[in-house]
Amino acid sequence: MSVLVYTENWDGKFKKLSFELVSYASKVAEMLNTTATALSIGNVEEAELQKLGNFGVKKIIHARIDGLNILDNQAYTKTIADIATKEGATVLVLSNNNTGKALAPRLSVRLKAGIGSGVGKLPLGVDPFVVYKRAYSGNAFAHLTIKTPIRILTLAQNSFGLIEKNAGAALENLSVQVDGTLVKTTVKEVQKLTGKILLTDADIVVSGGRGMKSPDNWGPLVELADLLGAATACSRPVSDEGWRGHEEHTGQTGKIIAPILYIAIGISGATQHLAGVSSSKYIVAVNTDKDAPIFEAAQFGIVGDAQKVLPKLVEAVKEMKAR
Amino acid sequence: MKLLVCISNVPDTTTKVKFVDDNKKFDETGVQWVINPWDELSLTRALEMKDDPASGIKTVTIAHVGSATAEPTIRKALAIGADDAIRVNAVPADAYYVASQLAEVVRTEKFDLVMCGIESSDHNGSLVGGMLAELLDFPSVSAVSYLKIENGQAIINREIDGGKEIVSVPFPFVAIVQKGIAKEPRIAAMRGIMMARTKPIKVVEPVNIESFTEVTGFEMPKPRAACRFIDAENVKQLIEVLQNEAKVI
Ligand SMILES: Cc1cc2nc3c(=O)[nH]c(=O)nc-3n(C[C@H](O)[C@H](O)[C@H](O)COP(=O)(O)OP(=O)(O)OC[C@H]3O[C@@H](n4cnc5c(N)ncnc54)[C@H](O)[C@@H]3O)c2cc1C
Ligand SMILES: Nc1ncnc2c1ncn2[C@@H]1O[C@H](COP(=O)(O)O)[C@@H](O)[C@H]1O
Repeated sequence: MSVLVYTENWDGKFKKLSFELVSYASKVAEMLNTTATALSIGNVEEAELQKLGNFGVKKIIHARIDGLNILDNQAYTKTIADIATKEGATVLVLSNNNTGKALAPRLSVRLKAGIGSGVGKLPLGVDPFVVYKRAYSGNAFAHLTIKTPIRILTLAQNSFGLIEKNAGAALENLSVQVDGTLVKTTVKEVQKLTGKILLTDADIVVSGGRGMKSPDNWGPLVELADLLGAATACSRPVSDEGWRGHEEHTGQTGKIIAPILYIAIGISGATQHLAGVSSSKYIVAVNTDKDAPIFEAAQFGIVGDAQKVLPKLVEAVKEMKAR
Repeated sequence: MKLLVCISNVPDTTTKVKFVDDNKKFDETGVQWVINPWDELSLTRALEMKDDPASGIKTVTIAHVGSATAEPTIRKALAIGADDAIRVNAVPADAYYVASQLAEVVRTEKFDLVMCGIESSDHNGSLVGGMLAELLDFPSVSAVSYLKIENGQAIINREIDGGKEIVSVPFPFVAIVQKGIAKEPRIAAMRGIMMARTKPIKVVEPVNIESFTEVTGFEMPKPRAACRFIDAENVKQLIEVLQNEAKVI
């Protein structure tokens, strides 16, 4: 029995979300009186792998796989499932990001393992195994009982935090051969935005809605984001109008994020928008309408015109930084 | 080429979510049911592709696992333009149960391409598409934001962290679609609504499957503390509060 956590890497590096996943898996293992093992696939340097050991895992499996440098859902599923079986894992943990969403359901079928997706807390109990998960697009949480002997959990990003613990992790190198005929995906081109803080990774997000009035008014919002080391986001109409790129659209039909601080400027706070941001730790709203629903979700608010408030916010942050 | 669009029937996105039976059951009183937003876009893209003769798509079928109460939603999908529909007559017990029923439909009717949404807005599972593909041993591509079929080949955009990949997989496969797949949902025209009345809905009985999971209760999110308002003339105070009290900047 053990808990296996799949830690994806990005060009050989882990992110905060990887350490959060490992922290979570280690705590689930404690609940089950067992230990957690991290699984990394692909080329990652030893020093980077060892970082996983700072968050409670007992073992780190590094699987170098020939012929699997792109995400092929079938080949990855088989590889992870085989390792999970060999390790006798009774719980598998993945991120609820794009990769996790692509692999976890396939693993569920392959391992006959019930799945709790988008969990944000430790299981409520392990016998029976009950997890706490987002439902109705954030308007409720469900208690989901997983009835199978093996369970898969996908963790919502930024929902758990980091728990440092050095359990003296041992590193095991595996060399896995993948049957080439299994790989059906061909990647023809990769297009990446560079130099931007990713919305899904950001601790602080500054977001604008239709109350920004025009695509030409975004200067101070972007400046504020830069000063705070924040990512920028927007409401759906803003991306539909082409004022901002589609990758910034948050909400039910856009990205679902959970930063520590979400600053909403000129956003009304429609339920479909809140569905994507309501798990933020703090929400700050700036809006001319004191009755805008965003203020019901916000902890701090300013009733005022975005064009007047934004430059003042920029000034205040500059002053703060100068102190 | 035969295309299948899987559709889930969900409460309208503005529904005030409430529960009954000691928070064990979703309160359906007065709820408007709609096609899951992702599935509406997925259907739209399926029909756009069929409109293009180069795609080789001959039919667009929709499948739903659910009871007869979902028929208005199915009719709506037919009115938007799907050719026919299959309803598996069963209460969807969990994602594995639903995927297993859909797998049976695909096995008997032999579809070349199956489209699923990234998630249903009620269960927020993001599961059925991937499970279906694994059950059928089909390739799957998740987070699909663009799909086109040309000369018997699929061209797919897959969203990744901070960008996208242009990928291809052989038919038959499952495409799990998200934002970008279509711009606006296609709306049913009067003619479509009239025609939908006579389009066939095939009802099939479920295969016997044990679910993996069961929802045993619900909770409402904790109410947030009331908003603290800061004077627009004193914006500096907001930054101070965020720095010294909330300690988030
Ligand atoms: C199925 C479905 C899915 C959807 N999914 C999403 C989603 O994922 N994300 C999303 O965002 N929306 C989504 N929507 C749309 C959503 O319902 C709202 O229409 C949208 O969020 C409104 O965007 P907004 O707040 O920017 O604009 P508006 O609703 O127009 O609000 C603008 C706000 O700005 C304020 N304002 C005006 N002038 C100023 C000023 N000078 N200074 C400061 N404030 C000002 C106004 O008081 C108002 O509150 C969805 C809708 C549907 C039906
Ligand atoms: N009851 C159902 N009948 C048919 N398709 C479904 C059903 N439930 C979910 N789906 C499909 O699976 C997708 C993802 O749903 P879920 O895994 O429930 O989040 C949806 O967008 C639909 O395409």
